[in-house]
Amino acid sequence: MAEKKKLRIQDLVKMREKARSLSTIRESQGRAKVTVHMGTCGIAAGAREIMDALLDEMKQKKAKDVVVTTSGCAGLCNREPMATVELKDQPPVKYFDLTPEKMRKIFVKHVLGGQPATEYALAVGSETLY
Amino acid sequence: MVCAGTGCVSCGSFKIKEALEKEVRKQNLQDEVLIIATGCNGFCERGPILLVQPEGVFYQQLKVEDIPFLVEEHLLKGRPVKKFMYIPPKEKNPIPKMKDIEFFKHQRLIVLRNRGRIDPEKIEEYIGFDGYEAMAKALAEMTPEQIIAEISASGLRGRGGAGFPTGKKWEACRKEKATSKYLICNGDEGDPGAFMDRSILEADPQAILEGMVIGAKAIGAEKGFIYIRNEYPLARQRVDIAIRQAREYGLLGKNILGTGFDFDVEIVQGAGAFVSGEETALIASVEGRIGTPRQRPPYPAQKGLWGKPTVINNVETWATVPNIIRRGAHWFAGLGTKTSKGTKIFSLVGKINNTGLVEVPMGTTIQDIVFRIGGGIPQNRKFKAVQIGGPSGGCIPAKLMDLPVDYESLTEAGAMMGSGGLIVMDDKTCMVDLAKYFLNFLRDESCGKCVSCREGTQRMWEIVKRITEGKGRKGDMELLEELAIACKDASMCGLGQTAANPVLSTLRYFRKEFEAHIFEKRCPAGVCVNLIRYHVLPEKCTGCLACKRGCPTDAIRGVLKGVHIIDQTKCIKCGACLEACRFEAVETQRDEAIVIVEETR
Repeated sequence: MAEKKKLRIQDLVKMREKARSLSTIRESQGRAKVTVHMGTCGIAAGAREIMDALLDEMKQKKAKDVVVTTSGCAGLCNREPMATVELKDQPPVKYFDLTPEKMRKIFVKHVLGGQPATEYALAVGSETLY
Repeated sequence: MVCAGTGCVSCGSFKIKEALEKEVRKQNLQDEVLIIATGCNGFCERGPILLVQPEGVFYQQLKVEDIPFLVEEHLLKGRPVKKFMYIPPKEKNPIPKMKDIEFFKHQRLIVLRNRGRIDPEKIEEYIGFDGYEAMAKALAEMTPEQIIAEISASGLRGRGGAGFPTGKKWEACRKEKATSKYLICNGDEGDPGAFMDRSILEADPQAILEGMVIGAKAIGAEKGFIYIRNEYPLARQRVDIAIRQAREYGLLGKNILGTGFDFDVEIVQGAGAFVSGEETALIASVEGRIGTPRQRPPYPAQKGLWGKPTVINNVETWATVPNIIRRGAHWFAGLGTKTSKGTKIFSLVGKINNTGLVEVPMGTTIQDIVFRIGGGIPQNRKFKAVQIGGPSGGCIPAKLMDLPVDYESLTEAGAMMGSGGLIVMDDKTCMVDLAKYFLNFLRDESCGKCVSCREGTQRMWEIVKRITEGKGRKGDMELLEELAIACKDASMCGLGQTAANPVLSTLRYFRKEFEAHIFEKRCPAGVCVNLIRYHVLPEKCTGCLACKRGCPTDAIRGVLKGVHIIDQTKCIKCGACLEACRFEAVETQRDEAIVIVEETR
């Protein structure tokens, strides 16, 4: 693997700006970003199966413009597995108590169809930071 | 308020009003509910419209047949009916907002700010959310003294349990003149029910690395160790990836960010002994020796790892550091109480509706944590106590639930902050049994170096166990107290010094429960199996066979529609029959035919 460029302080600032625009997906190519929360608690509750179902559904539907990523525990452990769907220019929607079937339905309805699957949603928006 | 504008009248609002009046009379609410016709509301396309005051709930497109349900649900039971409600066109989304959900609403995220938001295996995402900004500031613009002054001014105290001021610890280590100094991140989280460190390690490992580099500059260390317990493989894997990525970008290693500062980090895997969380034992474990504590002083800040000055801080403490440097000490000190600043993460577990990790400002009351954030106790049972701070902590009874959680008030109440495990208990929890559980844990985990702890925890466990078996004697409580004090006074490390807390605090707040076990041979919570007996009430038993089917030991005899009998010699008191017995279908009117009876000897 090629040696990555060691960062200087000014590079860090540039990188921050670049990373920021990527993580909000507004500037990037993707239509949507799906985050599966995979801390130990999420995995114990079945987050891997959720991830498998999601990837499989993407393959079947040939959805190439969806970014799938993982993240740590979202805090509310008894409602795991959880996933967050964020469409371009829309607030993120958190889904909870997921099963592979629910994840597939959410993918079709929300990610592809653009309509949040309200029946499985916990909340919309993100947590307020102090 | 029924809209009687032209629009609504034409789609039948008077019929709605009539139906409403009829239904209100039927439910006998005419004295409490006033029905008035109003002018046009301006939402004619949504008519007929109904506005319920004082809540201001807006119902739309109602039909006459909806009214009985609506009256019963909203006016009688006080539950607004969502499906009839008006949703403003801009927000067709009935999904609640994160900021409106009680569990999330009262939290203040500092350490957990990246939870669920970044991919912990991608350093770029961490950097995108201000990651390494604090480190750049500390390395390029601040002197070690300034960093320490900032941390001291913030009032940050160790999040691992004892709450020693972090700035003071760093200062002491800074002053030492030695050729090498070390940093250790203590990730040997062992309290039953506590998992905040694991979650930070898994969800935001870069924050810990950033905090450690800042600390390294402050005390002048070149090398750090992250001690992760063996039971956390995912945490280890993610920290490993984080370290590799940070090195690749030059955020760890030689000449960090081109500032000329060198620092690197290594992972050490613990073998899973509870006592290794004690700092001197942890040092021994990192050095490759058996994890047992040693006498202090000298403190690790003077003589630590391989005899060199060492700062040990807990995972949560390290992850807090970058936030203080980035946002300033003043900002951090603005949160919390007089002596305890900032936020603290609690892992909320036990008999509680919302289990999970909560980060709240110091000084939040137990009441708020349990009822507002935690959503209360399942099945509307009674809140009895919280066990806070793990085996070294103690229980706080329901009557003290207005207690603000900070280091001092918890210690005063006989518990301690510990790592922040918060186990909620309802009236089905036996406090003697709880004390037994923690004593069993501690007698297992005592390293055995001090007699007072090794023997003390063992004897206390034996006595409490005897009490739960119905063999308690007069004088047991006094003996427990005597042993507890000896264990506390004569033990060297924190484990032994606090080992008696579970016993002392349960004795302090739930003495009556101990007395009931010892003198009346009765377990009020119905937990201690030797003190209870399941018994079928003949007048209530319908002979449905449900309990018989549920019994794992075939201890129940009976035929269909005949009263069942429990064979006490076969009964293992598992309670499966009590669970199974529910011939009254309505939950609120549930009336078991099986009761727990006190054993009379």
